[in-house]
Amino acid sequence: MRIPANAWLAAACLGLAGPALAAETLTIATVNNSDMIRMQRLSKTFEEQHPDIKLNWVVLEENVLRQRLTTDIATHGGQFDVLTIGMYEASLWGEKSWLVPIKDLPADYNLDDVFPSVREGLSANGNLYALPFYAESSITYYRTDLFKQAGLTMPEKPTWEQIGQFAAKLTDKGKDQYGLCLRGKPGWGENMALLTTLANGYGGTWFDKSWAPQFKGDAWKNALNFYVDNMKKSGPPGASSNGFNENLALFNSGKCAIWVDASVAGSFVTDRSQSKVADSVGFTFAPHQSTENGTSWLYSWALAIPASSKKQAAAKTFAAWATSVDYAKLVADKDGIANVPPGTRASTYSEAYLQAAPFAKVTLESLKVANPAATADKPYVGIQLVTIPEFQAIGTEVGKIFSGALTEKMSADQALADAQSRTERDMQHAGYPK
Amino acid sequence: MMTLKQSRRLQSVALGGLSWLIALLIFFPILWMVLTSFKTEIDAFATPPLFFFHPTLENYIHIQERSDYLHFAWNSIAISFSATILCLLIAVPAAYSMAFYETKRTKQTLLWMLSTKMLPPVGVLMPIYLLAKGTGLLDTKLALIIIYTLVNLPIVVWMVYTYFKDVPRDILEAARLDGATLLQEMLRVLLPISKGGLASTALLSLILCWNEAFWSLNLSSSQAAPLTALIASYSSPEGLFWAKLSAVSTLACAPILIFGWISQKQLVRGLSFGAVK
Repeated sequence: MRIPANAWLAAACLGLAGPALAAETLTIATVNNSDMIRMQRLSKTFEEQHPDIKLNWVVLEENVLRQRLTTDIATHGGQFDVLTIGMYEASLWGEKSWLVPIKDLPADYNLDDVFPSVREGLSANGNLYALPFYAESSITYYRTDLFKQAGLTMPEKPTWEQIGQFAAKLTDKGKDQYGLCLRGKPGWGENMALLTTLANGYGGTWFDKSWAPQFKGDAWKNALNFYVDNMKKSGPPGASSNGFNENLALFNSGKCAIWVDASVAGSFVTDRSQSKVADSVGFTFAPHQSTENGTSWLYSWALAIPASSKKQAAAKTFAAWATSVDYAKLVADKDGIANVPPGTRASTYSEAYLQAAPFAKVTLESLKVANPAATADKPYVGIQLVTIPEFQAIGTEVGKIFSGALTEKMSADQALADAQSRTERDMQHAGYPK
Repeated sequence: MMTLKQSRRLQSVALGGLSWLIALLIFFPILWMVLTSFKTEIDAFATPPLFFFHPTLENYIHIQERSDYLHFAWNSIAISFSATILCLLIAVPAAYSMAFYETKRTKQTLLWMLSTKMLPPVGVLMPIYLLAKGTGLLDTKLALIIIYTLVNLPIVVWMVYTYFKDVPRDILEAARLDGATLLQEMLRVLLPISKGGLASTALLSLILCWNEAFWSLNLSSSQAAPLTALIASYSSPEGLFWAKLSAVSTLACAPILIFGWISQKQLVRGLSFGAVK
């Protein structure tokens, strides 16, 4: 049988067009938390809308994710097309040109709807390097039933001193009830996030304008002494190993009267399937002392595109979709409005959302005032962290020292002196002041 | 007064009881993991810990919905078995030459091989990562097979060498006198005699490959990720996860536990066989 010439031509054209029509597969590295897992589940909608893009998910624990992404991006490994990173990485990696600047977003993306503080935190040198998926601040959670029983009233903006007094009154160690739960597990993103906002509230900073560590000052001294004294008096046993999850478990099982931590816990403590005290939780601003500046932290998980990705256009399409208003609507339709990723867009905070999520108003107000920018007295960007490459190591080292003060290995004053000398040494090695 | 017979019985009961206690202590973490996998997250975090609770399958259903377990399990099986086979293929001739043609440097060579195990893996992470990247082997099963083979080779050579050393040379010499070639000597005489030892070595290598997490987490992402990577994906910085993590760990341990249990009889049988009794 003779095959017509045009049939050969058609077959050749199809053969050439085949690779172009084949779907691009994006590998997305993300962290295991409820919002990200929801995104993974709902991304089937994206694949239906974009049949030319397939998604491959790599879900990792936060510390493993950080280490894995750092290795890959520093070596231009190119294993991932979309990265889930925090504010710390976004600006540092952006400055090094390891990330692609996010430009030319679709007209309906409405970047102006994203909170300026969040945009600022994900930018470097005037370029935006990641699109925020959700953002969080820190707020105070307290047991309204216990406060009522004790005849106490939580002010809208409590001071740390008031928190300490309430905690002492609400502690009944015989009944396994503790007045105050705060992070003690060492780590720059663990106890140091809380302790830095605590010190900020006492007017402290990590460094002065010439990058000299400030642990010798009164602000850190008062802050750390408050922390150690009150955790010993009103905190749960083994507080030095308690992080977010451990305190969440204590609060949800009714063993904590006051807990100051990430606003993302709002949806967990009010979820009846995992909280025994879901109906008696109050929310208010994170405590302050001599100043309100820097008392609520600012953190965001965001989607970034590494410069080593060969599928940057498709990656941008996905990142824009996952952080869009349409995605928020999709979550509201499928899982309820209370589960919309919080903290990134003004449009999220509709009346319906504020009704469904009782913690949303405090979170919104906290995010609005959070300002990570450097100032005349504070040479670094960041509220609960210092956006310099050395901070991960220094922050974790200081975190270990302060955690040791909780276990009575050393006094608060000794811990501060130790933190001061170690930070001075590490900063000198790193070549500061620069 | 207690007779000698009674005293021995008491001693035997006490020893039996102690053995059970030690066995239970060793087994307890596995038992607790399996129990926790059937709890809700709030029960998993309960203090004091709950021994009696309403069991639920919700964690297993969640894993089934979220992850492609079979993909990860297949990767674990393919990587572990391939690395073990490759390791034995290299280790058997190496151990043969060291055991039967020993030189004055054999012992030092063996010690040097073992000393490579003392190097912390993170110390060579960047060079290995760059090598894998340069050869296009990132996120491939081949990269993990090669790494696991190299990582386990010192232990496997040592073990096989020890088993070969126990084989009397006379048997091999007798085979040679009967006209056996080197290959026939190894395949028809040496390996059947040492199959119990080789089986134990293979099982150990398999377990080491199955449980390895550092290289699998660093060199694989999606295509080649084994079960250890799946377990890591269920640890969460924000939110309760112990019950789900226990469920996925149970699923990850199950295949190798079942395999070990099935091969136990073969191993014992293999060990009791041999030319020299």
